Amino acid sequence: MGRLPLVRGRIVAAPENHLTTVQIDAARSARRAVLAGAAALMAAPVARAQAPADPEPVPPWTRGLGAPVATNGYGGPSPFEANVQRRQSPGLTRTGQSSVSFTPLQSLFGIVTPSGVHFERHHSGMPEVDPAQHKLLVHGLVERARMFSMNDLMRFPSVSRFHFIECGANSGMEWSNVAVPTVQYTHGMLACSEFTGVLLSTLLGEVGIDKQRAKYILAEGADGSALTRTIPLEFALDDVLVVYGQNGEMLRPENGYPLRLLVPGVQGISNVKWLRRIEVGDQPWNTREESLHYIDLMPDGTHRQYTWIQEVKSVITAPSGGQVLLDRGYYEITGLAWSGRGRIARVDVCTDGGRNWKAARLQQPVLTKCLTRFRADWRWDGAPALLQSRAVDERGSVQPTLAQLRAVRGTRSIHHNNGIKTWRVGADGEVSNVQVA
Amino acid sequence: MSRWRDLVLLVLVLEALPASAQSRFGFGRAPTQGEIAAWDIDVRPDGHGVRAGRGTVTHGQEIYDTRCATCHGTFGESNAYMVIAGGVRAEDLKSGRAAGLRSPDVMRTLGNKLNYATTLWDYINRAMPWTEPQSLSVDEVYAVTAYVLYLNEIVPAGFELTNENLLTLKMPNRDGLTRQHGMGSVAAKPDVQGSSCMHDCGPEPKITSQMPAFALNDHGNLRAQFRPIGPLATIDSAQRETRPVQGATHAGGDGSAREILARHACMSCHGFDRALIGPAFKDIALRYRERGDAANYLMEKIRKGGAGAWGPVPMPGQTTIKEDEVITVVQWIISGPRDGQ
Repeated sequence: MGRLPLVRGRIVAAPENHLTTVQIDAARSARRAVLAGAAALMAAPVARAQAPADPEPVPPWTRGLGAPVATNGYGGPSPFEANVQRRQSPGLTRTGQSSVSFTPLQSLFGIVTPSGVHFERHHSGMPEVDPAQHKLLVHGLVERARMFSMNDLMRFPSVSRFHFIECGANSGMEWSNVAVPTVQYTHGMLACSEFTGVLLSTLLGEVGIDKQRAKYILAEGADGSALTRTIPLEFALDDVLVVYGQNGEMLRPENGYPLRLLVPGVQGISNVKWLRRIEVGDQPWNTREESLHYIDLMPDGTHRQYTWIQEVKSVITAPSGGQVLLDRGYYEITGLAWSGRGRIARVDVCTDGGRNWKAARLQQPVLTKCLTRFRADWRWDGAPALLQSRAVDERGSVQPTLAQLRAVRGTRSIHHNNGIKTWRVGADGEVSNVQVA
Repeated sequence: MSRWRDLVLLVLVLEALPASAQSRFGFGRAPTQGEIAAWDIDVRPDGHGVRAGRGTVTHGQEIYDTRCATCHGTFGESNAYMVIAGGVRAEDLKSGRAAGLRSPDVMRTLGNKLNYATTLWDYINRAMPWTEPQSLSVDEVYAVTAYVLYLNEIVPAGFELTNENLLTLKMPNRDGLTRQHGMGSVAAKPDVQGSSCMHDCGPEPKITSQMPAFALNDHGNLRAQFRPIGPLATIDSAQRETRPVQGATHAGGDGSAREILARHACMSCHGFDRALIGPAFKDIALRYRERGDAANYLMEKIRKGGAGAWGPVPMPGQTTIKEDEVITVVQWIISGPRDGQ
């Protein structure tokens, strides 16, 4: 593994056990004090200015007694994982109650999003719903309208399925120029969980829908926005779930506790949180969230309406924007692929901006309308590189380039940007967000 | 023997039947009429769910100025939220297409995007005012809807909106939404397809856009946003920063004045140093902190709201903020608030 020639101001790896996290922080603040007032534009190398500490062959946690069981009754990540957080994009929204926070995709493994860092989108803030009082009304074009308590709903036969949820506006900030630094902000309105609940088809069977007239359902939330979305009956009778469980626990309040709709493969807004009502009807509702927002502006001035399905898409999560390759040599290129139309069939990766591709390995199992983890081997030779991934789904849809998308849809549609993402690796090893054509 | 086999098969088939194919489970109960009336509030363009009622533009303006203008602006210009008026041209009402949407220079507003007035009525009725949803009467919803239509020059000043003309009223962009695309069903084809080329594809790539160096730290220091261990290091973007750090935020319930202000959306109307819709906290401090009863006065103002002290736009009473939170915020205001503290 050839070490790069040292460049002034370049980050280099510290020797093993060189400094603890605490010492690194101390060194950094000390340097800030020294540099205060100076034009400190250069990237200072981590901790190189410090004398090496004495290596401690037997660390303190080996030489003492740890904490007892049940110290923390519901656990939590190690304090050393504090950097892994949902974050807002400054300036994107004016209030936290009608806003979004982004999943830290750069720090996650496999396909499951820990529930605590699942992205959030609220329209009137996050309500605190008492499950003992929460009910679901199913009515409309049905033989017998029903009011279900949580106890009723959890008594029905249940299923558990892995699915992704992606906001329709994910990567929306990328339609025009590059504006955000990391994959958390370019693709972080994305998450994947094991959801447990009752099939909506089971509930619709229970109330008996009017098969002649029923064509759509309306789903409504119990939050202050009483958010409503239309869903075609074709979807409702297929794989839509009324969900109470997520990753082995109840839904988190941020994700709709105690009840939400899960419409696999369909844009996030349709997965109505704090679900309180389902109405069966004969035509779409044209609600605010499907006639004023979540519509996609085309170059001819029309808006596309009811753009439910999230198209085939992928992104490299490492190496990705904000990261640094310290040495030449082996790196694993890894990322996520998904399609609202079914399973991922293949993912190709390239390091030359789209000229030459090779197939990535897909982590099994590959599930329908679910994130798929892909990996590829790469030896970095120290030259600038343009990393890309391209997904293909089981129906043969191929993820397009941003240029191909723009040629049809322009740059103003906000939603449904499933374009190929490019990360540039500089000769200095720094990875940055770029667009290519 | 074959009868036995058939019987075994029959049992197997019955066992394998999905639950939905069996008889009903019988869970849940019939809803009461009151429950349906309270929850079934959706209104569709075809008239489904429309409530009998009426309201004038004039009455709507009275309600709007006191309940809506705080966030949406006196003329619908909406400093903080989606612009709800403007962008409509007189000829759009005839053509049924908001022609301005073809141009990137024309602002997208409620007036030039929305296709049916029923949706406006439905949304005001279910979700507005933002901090007090479902607090307007049916007639008040008609009145406010009428006023928003008036702000967009869709109806005249003397107009009265009723459950009848709500359904026949023509919006400027009524024909501007299309369902001709591939994202409505799984079986349909996507409108844009990528290439399957594997080798020597296309021309040499050119970088057309990249992260501006000055913006690298706009989301806070990237090094604090990545796991510190792993195969890759992280850029210390704070070292590149030449301007004051704003920082990306993540949720925290530390009970500080800043956290309380964020949780109750105070910052959407009040800036630290700058007047937004309401006065800047700094200016409130300057005006009141010498007053003997400043703390009690400000606590009362936060809880009950008011208008006239700083301008005509009223502040709604903050009913969800707790007693100890009001005290924290008021002490913070009086002590002379600064950004970042």
